[in-house]
Amino acid sequence: MKKKPNKRDYSPWMFLAPYIIFFTTFIIIPVAAAILLSFTYFNAIETPTFIGLSNYVGLITQDEVFMQKILPNTLTFALIVGPGGYILSFILAWALAQVPKRMRTVLALIIYSPSMTAGVAMAVVWTIIFSGDETGYLNSLLLTMGVLLEPIQWLQSPEYLMKIMIFVTLWGSMGVGFLAMLSGVLNINTEIYEAGYIDGINNRFQEIIYITIPSMKPQMLFGAVMAVVGTFQAGAIGVALSGANPTPQYAGQLMVNHLEDYGFIRYEMGYAAAISVVLLIVVYLFSKVAWRLFGEKD
Amino acid sequence: MSAFQGTRMNPSKFHKSQLKFLAFLIPLAIFMALPIVYIFFHAFKPIDELFAYPPRFFVENPTLQNFVDLFTKTNDTGVPMSRFLFNSVVITLIVVVLTVIISTMAGYALSKKNFRMKKAIFEINTLALMFVPAAVMIPRYLLIDELGLINTFLVHILPLLAMPIGLFLVKQFIDQIPDELLEAARLDGASDFQIFVRIIIPLVKPAIATIAILSFQLVWNSVESSSLYVNDEGLKTFSFYMSTLTSTVEGNNVAGQGLAAAASLIMFVPNLIIFIILQSQVMNTMAHSGIK
Repeated sequence: MKKKPNKRDYSPWMFLAPYIIFFTTFIIIPVAAAILLSFTYFNAIETPTFIGLSNYVGLITQDEVFMQKILPNTLTFALIVGPGGYILSFILAWALAQVPKRMRTVLALIIYSPSMTAGVAMAVVWTIIFSGDETGYLNSLLLTMGVLLEPIQWLQSPEYLMKIMIFVTLWGSMGVGFLAMLSGVLNINTEIYEAGYIDGINNRFQEIIYITIPSMKPQMLFGAVMAVVGTFQAGAIGVALSGANPTPQYAGQLMVNHLEDYGFIRYEMGYAAAISVVLLIVVYLFSKVAWRLFGEKD
Repeated sequence: MSAFQGTRMNPSKFHKSQLKFLAFLIPLAIFMALPIVYIFFHAFKPIDELFAYPPRFFVENPTLQNFVDLFTKTNDTGVPMSRFLFNSVVITLIVVVLTVIISTMAGYALSKKNFRMKKAIFEINTLALMFVPAAVMIPRYLLIDELGLINTFLVHILPLLAMPIGLFLVKQFIDQIPDELLEAARLDGASDFQIFVRIIIPLVKPAIATIAILSFQLVWNSVESSSLYVNDEGLKTFSFYMSTLTSTVEGNNVAGQGLAAAASLIMFVPNLIIFIILQSQVMNTMAHSGIK
C-alpha cells in the first residue's frame, strides 16, 4: 500500500478518507463483528465466550420457530416480493417508455411515489385501511358489498398478515431500481430494434427477450440488486403493521424480526449475530442469482 | 422508418397505438396513488368525519384541526411535537449535505485517479450495495455504544454518511467526464481541489441531485437511530414520533387517526416536492446506473 505508481501521491486517499472512515466504521466493522460474535455466547453483560459453531447448530436443529416459521416466511416473502416486484417494475418501465414524455413523467411519478415513504411511515395508512373493526376501510367496503358478514381483524390474523405484508411491500417497491430500468429502456438505440425486425423477430415478446433485456443488462442488474436489498430491508413491515414483535403466531415474522427479538428482547447477542450472518448470506445468494442472469462478467 | 412495425420507444407525440399501454398504466397508477390520496383527505377531516360510519373516502368540510392538534401536542414525557420536527429537519440537512460531499469526493478519486487498490475499493463498494443495515443492528449497536455515541445527536448522523449506492452512482457519472478536460485544467495550473470544485461538481450536478434525494429519503424516514440508540426523548426524530402514533391508531382510537394522517402527510410531502423538482436530474443519472 505504501508503494505508489510513480511519485508519492497521497491525493486519492485525501479524497477517499472520509468515505472510507465511515464505510469501515459502520459497514465493515459491524459485518466483521457479526461474524466473530456468531461463534460466541454473549449476553451483553459478561465477556463473550467462544462456543464454536453451537449457535449455528442450535439455529438449525433446536430453534423450532426459526425452521418452522421464520425461514419459510422469509423465503415466501422474498420469493414473491423480490422477483414479483422486479418483474412488475420492468413491465411498468417498459410500458411507460412507450408513451409520450409528459404523460410518462406524471405516471412515473405516481408509480414511484409510494416507495418514497414506504415502510414504517406508510404503515400508519395501512393500519387505518386494514383496521380491525367495522370502521376500517376494507372491512366497511366488504361489509357494504355483502362479501363479509362481520369485520375481520386483518392485521392480527395469522391467515392474512403475510398476504397484507406482501401486498404493501409490492405497492412500495417501484423505487430506484424501477427508475434505473425506465431510463435503461429509454436509452436503447432504436436502430437495434429495426435491425432485430429485419433479422426475423416478429412479436413484442421476442423483442423484449432478444433486444430490450440484453440491451439494458447493466440496468437490469442494478434493478435486481436493488430489488433484493429492498426485499430484505422491508423486514420491519410485519411488526409495524401488527404492532407486536413477535407478530401474531409468528405469522409475519421474518429473519430481521427474529434477529431483533433475540438481540434486543432476549439479549442473546451471539445467537442474534449468527442469525445476522445467515441473513447476509441469504441476501448475497439472492444477489448472486441476479448477477448470473444479468452480469456481463462473473 | 414508416415501414417499421416494432416498438417505438420514447415517442414524441401521442398515437392511438399507445392506448393499450395507457389502458394498463392509468388504472394501475390510480390504484397505487389511492392510499396517498387517502391520507391527504384523511388529514383534513374534522372529527365527525373521522368517526363517520360508513367511513368516507373524500373530505367534505376540510379543516386544519388535525395539524393544529398535532403541533400543539406533546408526547407522554412532555416533549412537544415541534421538537421532533426540528430534530428531523436539522439531522436531515446535515446528513444530506455531508453525504453528497463525501460521496462526490470519493467518486472523484475512484473515477479519475490512479492508485493501487482503486479497483478493489470500488468492488467492495459494489458488493456493499447488497448490504442490509438491519442485518447487523446488534454489532452496530455494540459499536455505537463502544464509541460513546448512545444518546447523542451524532448517532442520527454518522451511521448514514457512507452510502454505497451514492458512491456507486456518482462514480459511474464522473466516468463520463473526459480526462482531457481535467488534463487541460491541470495544465492551466489548477490544483486538485480547484478541479474538484470548479469542474467535477458543476458537471455532476445530476448525480449530486440523485444522491441528495436518496440520502434524504433514507434519513428523513429513518426510525432506527431513535428507537435503538437514543433514550433521551428530546433527541428523537419526527419519523420515530410518527411511528409511535401507529400503535395508538389500533382499535377504536379514531381521534388518533387524524393526527397520524396529518403526520404522514408531513412525512410524505417533502419527499414528493424534492423529487418533483429534481426528477429530470435523477433520470439523467439513472441512465448511467448500470452495473457492468
